[in-house]
Amino acid sequence: MTTLDEITAAVTSRFSEVQGSQFRGQSRLMVPAEQLLETARYLKQEQSFDMLIDITCVDYLHYRGATDRFGLVVLLANTTESLRLTLRVMLNEPRPTVSSLTSLWQGANWLEREVWDMFGIHFEGHPDLRRILLPEAFTTHPLRKDYPLQGHGERHNFPVIRRADA
Amino acid sequence: MAIELPDNVITTKLDELASWCRKNSLWPMPFATACCGIELMATGASRHDLSRFGAEVFRFSPRQCDLMIVAGRVVMKMLPVLQRIWQQMHEPKWCISMGACASTGGVFDTYCVVQGIDRFIPVDMYIPGCPPRPEQLIQAIIDLQDKIQREGTLGGREFCTASRQETPRPLVELPVLGSLPLSRTTGPGREIQP
Repeated sequence: MTTLDEITAAVTSRFSEVQGSQFRGQSRLMVPAEQLLETARYLKQEQSFDMLIDITCVDYLHYRGATDRFGLVVLLANTTESLRLTLRVMLNEPRPTVSSLTSLWQGANWLEREVWDMFGIHFEGHPDLRRILLPEAFTTHPLRKDYPLQGHGERHNFPVIRRADA
Repeated sequence: MAIELPDNVITTKLDELASWCRKNSLWPMPFATACCGIELMATGASRHDLSRFGAEVFRFSPRQCDLMIVAGRVVMKMLPVLQRIWQQMHEPKWCISMGACASTGGVFDTYCVVQGIDRFIPVDMYIPGCPPRPEQLIQAIIDLQDKIQREGTLGGREFCTASRQETPRPLVELPVLGSLPLSRTTGPGREIQP
């Protein structure tokens, strides 16, 4: 029986740039972008984090005290020992890039496509990185905080059908 | 020999007869995308019983319908589908915009929700409500029947110059989405013929 404290200690001793922290009983690892794939592979193969729960992202533009633009969130679970772990990767403009996790978990495929669609995070090594929710002709990434809520008029950019046309 | 009547006598009577037939056998096409669709189903079910007004035959193929009931919000990815279905319906055809979302976008004033379907397809009846009661939908169908009888089917093109459709919509210059060639989302062998 391993605990999250032991896992955090094992990871931080093996990857020197990873920092661990806890908040209200939940463990979090701050991972540099270039070490995400190695850290995730270690957690999957050595620490039995066999399930990828979710991949999502936060835009910290205009956020009080924030130093990085994007915060990628990777939620993992160890189903044999009922442990949960959060990985955070801070990314920045102009081209926020991180390695894809599809080689470890197939389920990362659509999750990373959604993050690409909404935030414009590039996932290197993703087999099929294209939009999943919005039309392919969409030009921006709407969950970025510098995108206006009502858009740039894309919703009204369609041909009009009148009675006489039909 | 046949008596020569003015042309308008015969055509007017025939149009009235055709309108009377048409208004009492509307075939709705349920374009239900949200909670208004539940009220639409309730309207067609036994309690509210749309068949009392001759409009109970819901068909899910636009080729067999002459009344499209848009029930629910329409997002920008759904609007080309809506327009295609509208174009697939045969004349004469009518459209009911059911509920606040279909008419104006409702509370969903966001980048992806179309702010009223009447900007892109012609609409004959608007129903307020969120969602409207089945009685309201029935009243709209009764009003539409009056409209069909009153205006006939030949002259029912009064919305072709609606001012709401005349104003320019896009705030910035963007490619018109519906006119772009269908790309990788449409796989090989799935090209849609116009």
